[in-house]
Amino acid sequence: MIEVIYVMWLRQLKRYWRSKARLLGSLGQPILFLIAFGFGFGPTFQKAGGGNYIQFLAPGIIAMSTLFTAMFTGIEVVWDRRFGFLKETLVAPVARFQIMLGKTFGGASVAVIQGTIVFLLTLMVGFRPSITLVPLAFVFLFLIALFFTSMGIAIASKIEDMHAFPLIMNFLIMPLFFLSGALFPLNGLPKAIEVVVKLNPLSYGVDGLRSSLTGMTGFNMVTDIVVLTVLSIIMNIIGSLLFSKIEL
Amino acid sequence: MKKNKIIVVRNLSKYFKKIKAVDNISLDVEKGSIFAFLGPNGAGKSTTIKMLTTLLIPSSGEIIIDNLDCLKNKSEVRKAFGIVFQDQSLDDELTAYENLDFHGALYSVPKVLRQERIMNSLQLVNLSERENDFVKTFSGGMKRRLEIARGLIHHPKILFLDEPTLGLDPQTRNNIWGHIKQLNKEEQMTIFFTTHYMPEAEQIADKIAIIDYGKIIAQGTLAQIKEKSKSKSLDEAFLSLTGRSIRDENATSLDRMRMKRRLRR
Ligand SMILES: Nc1ncnc2c1ncn2[C@@H]1O[C@H](COP(=O)(O)OP(=O)(O)OP(=O)(O)O)[C@@H](O)[C@H]1O
Ligand SMILES: [Mg+2]
Repeated sequence: MIEVIYVMWLRQLKRYWRSKARLLGSLGQPILFLIAFGFGFGPTFQKAGGGNYIQFLAPGIIAMSTLFTAMFTGIEVVWDRRFGFLKETLVAPVARFQIMLGKTFGGASVAVIQGTIVFLLTLMVGFRPSITLVPLAFVFLFLIALFFTSMGIAIASKIEDMHAFPLIMNFLIMPLFFLSGALFPLNGLPKAIEVVVKLNPLSYGVDGLRSSLTGMTGFNMVTDIVVLTVLSIIMNIIGSLLFSKIEL
Repeated sequence: MKKNKIIVVRNLSKYFKKIKAVDNISLDVEKGSIFAFLGPNGAGKSTTIKMLTTLLIPSSGEIIIDNLDCLKNKSEVRKAFGIVFQDQSLDDELTAYENLDFHGALYSVPKVLRQERIMNSLQLVNLSERENDFVKTFSGGMKRRLEIARGLIHHPKILFLDEPTLGLDPQTRNNIWGHIKQLNKEEQMTIFFTTHYMPEAEQIADKIAIIDYGKIIAQGTLAQIKEKSKSKSLDEAFLSLTGRSIRDENATSLDRMRMKRRLRR
């Protein structure tokens, strides 16, 4: 069982590492957001008494890049189906949830690496986190990655059309990101927006990251961890069920 | 009672939206035998194999593989067979070696044995020198050969081969069939294969079934099939049983009638 999860994981990492174009290309968006929002809204944010905006924004951008990479693990499932490799894994004499777990850990690891690279980039534009809770920040990074990788795979299990998948993903990812508190503080929001933000799993990831890296907090870290862990487990179970139902 | 039958299929059907791809077929495959499953393009061979290998759920019917109900014990059944698919199922972004190693790991072939089998099968299909090249750099025939090599890494009780030799040169085809025959002899591995090269079936198969428009129209030994159609060769028998028209185009009126019967109302 461990070996199956390991080989699935290894394959994912090899593919990521070998595709430098994908690796670099997916850094474009976080950098753009960091610069455009960070330096564009920075002065306004500061005048309004919010403090240094880069300091506030950086954890949100790290969460965003992790979210993007994690969700797009699903696209590999769609490709594998389209180009035939999925058959090879689906007829193997191993339980499908093991394959799902391997894929999830593989995708999540890649997403954590991507988040880490963006973390390093934020340091270069002036983000100054407190060092003490950085390990905890990685726990949050991993939970965000885990939840959204499972979600990506769950959706991919139901979608055969490789052109439709990126469209559906973008349709989901943008609202998830914009309504997560990544860009703005949670206090003083209109009621409707606040409810949406609280229903958004990413909000808890962003909040956890921000609390552990900067001490600014909205919910609190225990809530964040519990919510993300429970949701990750549920999403993984849903993903496994859908994945195990795939027919070719 | 059916001890020596390793595959038992009863009244198996698969309907897609418009078409009966497999229409109420029954067949038996004896343990340790070589079974050729023949039929024109679109007859339902691959669909049948997908059902036998748990990739498709039948619309109706029963499949027993190695004394297990194929629909109820999917993961158990998967331990009993290996398969070489008709269309590509390699990972292009891995090397040849990595593809085979991945396969060995999925089928829990122990490390040392895995290494040995990988070397042997690469040699068999003449790809030893290319083992560390990415599959995306391979030609069509090389990919095909690698697919077959991969199918030979774990030695299953039943090996399904869906047009394994499609597009391969005669030398390679000879090598591969020689090796498969050897596996069949030495390990009593049951072989279930499809092909459009009649001589292959003629030379290697113990039993033959011919499927056309989703129905099995002849089943038995080579001699029985030739006898049934009063032909001298399998080629001749195949043509006389399935008609000479090309499928779905230029169909004769008899063919059109059979085709209509296949469409679902
Ligand atoms: N997923 C699918 N959806 C709809 N129809 C399908 C599907 N798969 C197969 N069919 C149809 O079922 C019929 C049987 O197809 P199948 O692939 O089993 O043929 P085959 O005997 O393997 O042919 P070939 O020799 O060309 O490989 C064909 O008419 C095909 O169009
Ligand atoms: Mg076929």
